[in-house]
Amino acid sequence: MKVACREVYGKTLVELGKTNPDIVVLDADLSVSTKTSTFAKEFPNRFFDMGIAEQDMISTAAGMAACGKIPFASTFAVFGSGRAWDQVRLTCAYTRLNVKIVVTHGGITTGEDGASHQANEDLAIMRAIPNMNVIVPADGFECAKIIRAVAAYHGPVYVRLPRLATPLIHENDNFDLKLGKGIVMREGKDTTIFACGIMVAMAMEAAEELSKNGVEARIINLHTIKPLDKELIIKCARETGAAVTAEEHSIMGGLGGAVAEALVENCPIPMARVGIKDVFGESGKPDELLVKYGLTAKEIVAAAKAVLKRKT
Amino acid sequence: MTSPQKIKELEQTANKLRRHIIEMICRAQSGHPGGSLSAADIITVLYFYKLRHKPQEPNWPDRDRFVMSKGHAAPVLYAALAEAGYFPLAYLNTLRQIGSSLQGHVDMLSLPGIEMSTGSLGMGLSAANGMAMACRLDKRQNRIYCLMGDGEIQEGQIWEAAMTAGHQKLDNLTAFIDHNKYQIDGQVSEIKEIQPIADKFKAFGWHTLSCDGHNMKSIIEALEKAEKLKGKPTIIIAETVKGKGVSFMEERPLDYHGKAPTPDEEEKALKQLCEIEFKEQK
Repeated sequence: MKVACREVYGKTLVELGKTNPDIVVLDADLSVSTKTSTFAKEFPNRFFDMGIAEQDMISTAAGMAACGKIPFASTFAVFGSGRAWDQVRLTCAYTRLNVKIVVTHGGITTGEDGASHQANEDLAIMRAIPNMNVIVPADGFECAKIIRAVAAYHGPVYVRLPRLATPLIHENDNFDLKLGKGIVMREGKDTTIFACGIMVAMAMEAAEELSKNGVEARIINLHTIKPLDKELIIKCARETGAAVTAEEHSIMGGLGGAVAEALVENCPIPMARVGIKDVFGESGKPDELLVKYGLTAKEIVAAAKAVLKRKT
Repeated sequence: MTSPQKIKELEQTANKLRRHIIEMICRAQSGHPGGSLSAADIITVLYFYKLRHKPQEPNWPDRDRFVMSKGHAAPVLYAALAEAGYFPLAYLNTLRQIGSSLQGHVDMLSLPGIEMSTGSLGMGLSAANGMAMACRLDKRQNRIYCLMGDGEIQEGQIWEAAMTAGHQKLDNLTAFIDHNKYQIDGQVSEIKEIQPIADKFKAFGWHTLSCDGHNMKSIIEALEKAEKLKGKPTIIIAETVKGKGVSFMEERPLDYHGKAPTPDEEEKALKQLCEIEFKEQK
């Protein structure tokens, strides 16, 4: 079964809006796509369409937060992170204001719109900002929990959602999710696959395949890229001796970069990064793009086999 | 009507702020004197006449809020906050020093009384809009003020924000432009013309006023008029002189945008400012 995280986002905002009058929502002319339109219908007085002006939207949200509001500001990932980067840095993060930047259309599965709209660098540029929290839910159940958790947390947060409906990786919402703590999705002793977002489901598929070949891969769902769950990463590295990362993002600076930084300083082991290899995407169907740009279970299997060979 | 006595008091306060600015920047041997001096009278009227604020209770929710969008004019705001009692005057000695709360550009987390961190130009008006929108939602009676530089309005975000304020009809917002006519690289009109400023804001849905930014009565009148104007935000274009109060800075504003005076110049500047005060007292 597939669920679109952005639909869940819209519904969860309405739920939160009912109990917390301080929640306000801003969008930059993409409310129908980001699903903040769901909130707008329910609470028109607390919804602000800022027009096509992402920089203004982010600093306006900061001003609202300075007056005690809990603003959720939404647009596409490429604009929320890139177009408004300086505004996020200075007016949201430096100030540690309570602004939630929840973006949709993250990654290459944005598809037909092409490279201009495919944010493959957003996690890296958001992660580099002090005080920022960077989160990527892996399915609809996680998305609902994450939106509720970031509303309860005081401080700036960047949450990245995909455009498409994606497979549910949890059977129900009966699981614990703590911001900053990875989730063990599958036990294994031979290698660890760290994944986030849509790549968690693919990592699960890869683990099944590897298991058929006698390789038991542990799967860690790192929904929080920052603050990174270093403790869990190091523990897995020690126990399994090899690591693969998988993300719908450049292999530079995102999940793969973060895990590599943690491992190289604490427990250097053979490692491979599955992700977009420092290139721009292009127009195409999401499934075709995933194959062309190397974001598949097959790629994860190949990467796992390669690191296993390097294991001493 | 403001009494002549009050006007005189404000003039003396502005002069005091100017002396603090010179002393702070000279001690730090770093900072932006020109644009701090040009804004000194506006800041004085705001902090010592207009703003409803409680320096002893800086987070009072119904306070008027001021956003310094031209964050490099930090010294004038620090001087005003210290004189108003937000923190000890002695802090002013630490401007731009390592470990100090008085950062080179204003930082809301390090000092009480700073409503928004700025420094990268063009962001303050958006933040002020957000405050005005939030306070209106909460049905507060307070007002939001913002000060922009004239060169600063070359930033595109200013015009996004100008459009927002006009569209949202933020009549609880009054913004100033410190029209001192100079930016780092030269005269604003030569670098990139911003005129006609009033027509531009008018077209974006604002009430527009102007004032003599070095005349207390003129600033006060503009502010009081702005408070009565309903249905739209108001911009006050304040005609100012970069380096105001210090002759050699007024004459060579480009040399003192972001450069500290030498010790000799400091002495000369302070002497001039003291003479102004002496003349006023006579």
